Amino acid sequence: MEIKADTDVCIGAGMCALTAPEVFDQSEEEGTVVVLVSPVPEGQEALVRRAVQQCPSGAISV
Amino acid sequence: MTTFPMRRQRPLDPPDEFGVLREQGSMHRMTYPDGHEGWLVTGYGAARAILADNRFSNRTELQHQAIPARAAIAEQFKAQMPDTNRQPGMFLRMDPPEHTRFRKLLTGQFTVRRMKGLEPRIAEITEERLDTMTAPADLVEDFALPIPSLVICELLGVPYEDRETFQRDSATLLSLDGDVGSLIAAYQDLAGYLYGLIAKKRAQPDEALLSGLLDLEDDELLGVAFLLLIAGHETTANMLGLGTFALLTNPAQLALMRDDPSAVDNGVEELLRYLTIIHAGPGRAALEDVEIDGHQIKAGETVTISLPSANRDPAHFEAPDRLDLTRSATGHLTFGHGIHQCLGQQLARIEMRIAFPALLRRFPGLRLACAPSEVPMRSDMAIYGVHRLPVTW
Ligand code: HEM
Ligand code: SF4
Repeated sequence: MEIKADTDVCIGAGMCALTAPEVFDQSEEEGTVVVLVSPVPEGQEALVRRAVQQCPSGAISV
Repeated sequence: MTTFPMRRQRPLDPPDEFGVLREQGSMHRMTYPDGHEGWLVTGYGAARAILADNRFSNRTELQHQAIPARAAIAEQFKAQMPDTNRQPGMFLRMDPPEHTRFRKLLTGQFTVRRMKGLEPRIAEITEERLDTMTAPADLVEDFALPIPSLVICELLGVPYEDRETFQRDSATLLSLDGDVGSLIAAYQDLAGYLYGLIAKKRAQPDEALLSGLLDLEDDELLGVAFLLLIAGHETTANMLGLGTFALLTNPAQLALMRDDPSAVDNGVEELLRYLTIIHAGPGRAALEDVEIDGHQIKAGETVTISLPSANRDPAHFEAPDRLDLTRSATGHLTFGHGIHQCLGQQLARIEMRIAFPALLRRFPGLRLACAPSEVPMRSDMAIYGVHRLPVTW
């Protein structure tokens, strides 16, 4: 499972980093999404799907 | 045609009318106090879809006001204070790309990681408050209000000694039934205070957030400071006050929050869902014709979204009227959704995750010092909660 992230769309709400902290972080400067690992490691798929569902701006997809 | 339901039958549940409406559908034609025929959104799916859809604008001047007392005041306020219609830094009320510019300036300051960095200081502030409390107490004045006020003051670089000004003014500004004279006075007082503060930061910048924004114009910085200061202390304060009331009247849930550290994070989400303190809006205005859930919304029509109703939609949450700290409350709309989703949500989460268990563990015998029916509810305020919460232990 590959992750696509669009930092122009991201509003830095942090739902991704809160939901799947091993996969998502936020940049220091802008607070926008940083994908730490892709493809998604085994066992993290469900969390990542939930993060995508939770993201308020539609900035991340798998 | 319905009007916006405001009267609650029980203090912790949204007005019953929302449930009746929701059974009929997710969207309803609604007559606004000025005669506008717009919409009321009661269903979870429709609420989420509209909040995520940039064909809906959050600009104040495009929207009709749903709350009768507010509608009358809004008209007078506009007539008497024409220049405040354009509030340069109030990005909550902007659409992209103006909104994006301000939001991107600030998101870096509110990341999950930065907020985690504040944990030790928030824990310290909480313990200091608990040390000063003596029974009986008003939990709002002694605990719920000071903690988030102190935290936001330190974060922004606002002297806490000045709290009387901003607490009083924001209380007036958030009142749903105040008169226009006191509203204007509070606005001018707070704006005057913040302009003075901005001038001080320009002369002598510090490490805090406002000093990091000195590239903005004074008017813009005023709007940002206004928004962050009010949103930053009134919201969490009301969650702490109302949340404690909810726990005291649901002792099994209180015991979970107190005794089971693994229940805290999820328990806070459930309290957020169950209590949904932003209870009168938000509103949006359709910029073009949009179809939602089979309903045709015409350009120019206002939609008012009931977040409490969406969060009690049985199509999304099982047995939604039950407070259950162990359920999955993820996906609740208490912080909104879409591009305006709460900037301060990670801060609010951390404050609550620290403050609720700390309070309950310090005073295991915490109980109400009056009958539940005597607790004065904030039905008259834009942010729901308790005016006072008399407690003892
Ligand atoms: C439990 C506490 C809180 C709740 C329930 C809450 C709720 C909300 C909601 C529903 C919105 C969206 C409004 C809309 O879509 O029209 C919002 C936006 C916002 N909140 Fe909060 N909030 C809370 C705490 C905070 C805190 C602590 C801060 C500041 C540090 C804050 C700052 C903001 C800002 C700046 C916005 C505007 C964001 C934008 O337009 O992009 N909030 N909040
Ligand atoms: S949840 Fe979405 S909007 Fe928020 S930081 Fe992650 S990608 Fe960005």
